[in-house]
Amino acid sequence: MAKKKKETASETESKSSAPRESPEPAAKTKAAAKPAERVTAVEMGARQREISVSEFFTKNRHLLGFDNPRKALLTCVKEAVDNALDACEEAGILPDVTVRLEVVSNGEPVAPSQASRFRVTVTDNGPGIIRQQIPRIFAKLLYGSKFHRLRMSRGQQGIGISAAGMYGQLTTGKPVKIISRIGPKASAHFFEVQIDTKKNEPLVHENKQIEWEQPRGTQVTLEVEGKYQKGRASVDEWLEQTSIANPHVKLVYQTPEGETKEYPRTYHELPPQPREIKPHPYGIEFGMLLKMLQDTKSHTLSGFLAGDFCRVSPQMADEICRAAKVSPDAKPRELKGPMAEMLYKTLQETKIMAPPTNCISPIGEKAILAGLYKQIKGEFYTAVSRPPAVYRGNPFIIEAGLAYGNRPQDQNKPQQPAVPKAEGEHEEEDSELARVIRYANRVPLLYQQSACSTFKAVLSTTWKNYGLTQSRGALPGGPMVIFVHMASVWVPFTSESKEAIADYDEIQKEITLALRECGRRLGLFVRRRERAASEFRRRNIFELYIEEVVEACNRLKGGTLPKEKLKGQLQKIASARTGGQKTDEALGKTAGGPEGLPHSIIVTTDGVEGETALATQIEADQAAALPTAEPDLLGDTLSADEPVSKEKTAKETRAKKLPKKTITKSDQIALFAGEPVVKKKLGGKSLKPTKTAGPRKPK
Amino acid sequence: MTTKTKKTTLVEKKLIGLADIVIQSAERSKDPTFQIPIRALSNVSFNERKGLIEMGSKKQERSFFNVGMAKKFMQTVLVADALSELQRADLTTSLREIYYRTKHTIKDSHENTFDTQDESDPVIEDLEVSLAALREELHVRAENSGSIVGPVVFGDDGDRVDCSKLGKGGYSVPSIVEPEYLEIRRCTADFVLLVEKGTQWNRLSEDKFWRRYNCVLLTGNGQPPRGVRRLARRLHEEYKLPVYVLVDNDPWGYYIYSVIKQGSINLAFESQRMAIPKAKFMGLSSADPERYELPRNVGIKLNEKDIARAKELMNYEWFKKPAWQTEIKRMLTSGLKYELDALANKDFQYLTKKYLPRKLKEKDWLD
Repeated sequence: MAKKKKETASETESKSSAPRESPEPAAKTKAAAKPAERVTAVEMGARQREISVSEFFTKNRHLLGFDNPRKALLTCVKEAVDNALDACEEAGILPDVTVRLEVVSNGEPVAPSQASRFRVTVTDNGPGIIRQQIPRIFAKLLYGSKFHRLRMSRGQQGIGISAAGMYGQLTTGKPVKIISRIGPKASAHFFEVQIDTKKNEPLVHENKQIEWEQPRGTQVTLEVEGKYQKGRASVDEWLEQTSIANPHVKLVYQTPEGETKEYPRTYHELPPQPREIKPHPYGIEFGMLLKMLQDTKSHTLSGFLAGDFCRVSPQMADEICRAAKVSPDAKPRELKGPMAEMLYKTLQETKIMAPPTNCISPIGEKAILAGLYKQIKGEFYTAVSRPPAVYRGNPFIIEAGLAYGNRPQDQNKPQQPAVPKAEGEHEEEDSELARVIRYANRVPLLYQQSACSTFKAVLSTTWKNYGLTQSRGALPGGPMVIFVHMASVWVPFTSESKEAIADYDEIQKEITLALRECGRRLGLFVRRRERAASEFRRRNIFELYIEEVVEACNRLKGGTLPKEKLKGQLQKIASARTGGQKTDEALGKTAGGPEGLPHSIIVTTDGVEGETALATQIEADQAAALPTAEPDLLGDTLSADEPVSKEKTAKETRAKKLPKKTITKSDQIALFAGEPVVKKKLGGKSLKPTKTAGPRKPK
Repeated sequence: MTTKTKKTTLVEKKLIGLADIVIQSAERSKDPTFQIPIRALSNVSFNERKGLIEMGSKKQERSFFNVGMAKKFMQTVLVADALSELQRADLTTSLREIYYRTKHTIKDSHENTFDTQDESDPVIEDLEVSLAALREELHVRAENSGSIVGPVVFGDDGDRVDCSKLGKGGYSVPSIVEPEYLEIRRCTADFVLLVEKGTQWNRLSEDKFWRRYNCVLLTGNGQPPRGVRRLARRLHEEYKLPVYVLVDNDPWGYYIYSVIKQGSINLAFESQRMAIPKAKFMGLSSADPERYELPRNVGIKLNEKDIARAKELMNYEWFKKPAWQTEIKRMLTSGLKYELDALANKDFQYLTKKYLPRKLKEKDWLD
């Protein structure tokens, strides 16, 4: 809502302010020099004219994330992929998305790192777009399905893809090419469209039916000026992070270097469909209320309140009207000035139930684990989904995850031969800082990290409490990736280019709580590891030193000592004084589950313990059993047939499949959490998965 | 010399005794433990009658099978081994060489037995104390960092060293000055003047102050090393020479004087043989600036550390004499400290020609 206001505001602002800006300073300077020359109001008025949104954004492309060639390339990919995923999910299709980046050169080939022009092609298996809508979706700014409803989705405004097209048009002059097909029986359509920046209307260059090998889906091709560079905030990183937060997506990425990277689907279930909600009275501003009063279809004020807002019952509507001293039967359109203001004030002061939260679909702890486990090498993973909360009348859910440590196989690798250390040389200290990966509605945020509420919450968390190092005002140290996701019907970004989440207290609080829970689990894990390691070290140092002491004693005694005997005696004392089995106990190996930690995965040299362990295991088994079937295809059929999680399948054995009807959308969450250890505690609760799953002390 | 061989065997026996502790404890399945006297203020007392700092009987245990002490224990055994090697070969060495001798990487690990010399030095001191052996007896010497000039003749390795014929440079005081190593053949001086800093020692030597006042000039370049202290003590003891100390007027100068006089806290066990309870504090006294009309601008403002240290000194038993309390208080009230070098403000030779002659004439010193 706020966004819409902003945009209209920026439009009107530019309308009125831009012309004023140019003549006025000029007039002033001239006035100072030659007071004779004056510009009349009529002349000034003649210069005033409308500015279209497209013109405005052409000049202000940085607002949409096209500030530099490198970022522009990423924004193009991002907008196209976001649209593809939104479309697939809304249509209930498990997304298969292919992203292809190609270097465009005139004549001789250019290395990707040197090239300045790219062709971006994004193909999905989504529902396709009907022919009539294609030009406007891709070549008209602020045209879309997502802006006018309160529903969780990646895109919000209807600017993204058309802005990308406009950017391409601006930098290369090439139109956007679209192929779309809505089903195997329909024919595929090919379009070439450009945007008329003056009118903000599409110009269709080409429109024909073509043969397309895909039975259904959409393909967008943009030719843009850009710069391809790997590393931080690159296309590669963005796609990788997308795959972490969207393990239900199969992503294929063809790099400009000609490499093909595949991010397989590891979670074979679509996220539950988010529902659309009406605005909550707490979430609107006064101007918005005025607009709603004008636009409503209701004829009475109470009808308007009860009908156009969520959580306002007819009784409550009457109460509000009474409190605001306006008639419940008044015509909404006639409510103006102080009356409307009074109504707004009353609305804000009345106690109204928080908005419904089933409109949000979180990624889910299990899926986060799967995503992290797939993409990040570590030895400990955990994930937390907070119960829904509300900021300014908008419901949201915060999810956090952690991947910590090095995989055991990697730990073994750098075991160099013991190089004697000289004075002043020390054991290399791990000065690596944790990495924060941020998401809003499943979309990775790569820029403006320090302006983001999530990042601030990470900094303000006292990680020292959880056994990590942390300098003042810095990220915690150690090999760690911190995952934070905010899902909401309206994510409050700090700018249109959607790079950072605004700093609302309610949001920050939820993020902090989620991080703390992750931290507590990590702390338990780290401390247990440390305890076990220190026991081991104790035993170890004694063993090391025994050798030295025995040798020295032998030399002192003139080499006459029965060395082995003394060594044996000392070793016996050593093991008597340091716990033998204690090391294993300290690791919680005797307790059930992955060391008694909920929603966590622990990777050790002995194997993988925890929730995804099962999934990966089964996947491997099935792949082995059916060598001809591709794993992702298998996943498709599985979840298409029935939305049963793989673990479940494994548990009930593959033959005993649950009937389709019994599992509804809202049950899916419960299924997510339906992991053996915590099942009893969580069974049946649909949207509050975490509360009960606090860390338990190991026995 | 028979005494020498006898002594070394004694030390070596003591060193081997450490190995025996380990063997016997292992035999009885006990944690091998060494008893080491504590070298800290908490374990020293001031013997007023003797005028010495004496070490108490408090001991700490160093056990092998204790994570905190295991490494120290291992290091102690290693150093003991190296020391016994010195005994057998009849060699002397420095602290640093012991550090290098005992340093190696422990088998199958990244760990060194010692990482820096700071780890091995205290272990050597621990052994000195716990075996009641002098550092010289352990064949460990410090760097030569002292000079002597004056009417004294030494026999060093059979060479005759006449310190009145060594120009302005003088003789470098060896770190081990026990009679077995350094023989005092003749000494005709009337007193010993121990100067804190080399600058003033050079001034006095250049001006042949020692010839005029018939004295031995000694310096230790700062906190005097054992060799210098021990030599002063021997001259004091064997030739009945009074010892005067000339240091800066600051808390550290006072402490240097107190170490020469009563011994140090860290090496309290050596006071018996090092301390010179009758040594006198010649200057700079906090009364001197006024008496010798040193301008205020050659003083240095006491910093926080100086003040803290001065207050600490006032609490030491051996600074409790009223004269000393007044002395330190006077410095604190003035808020200034003075270096010996500040005397040059009056004249380059002020120290030689005015200051010391007047001090000696007026017998203006503190006890």
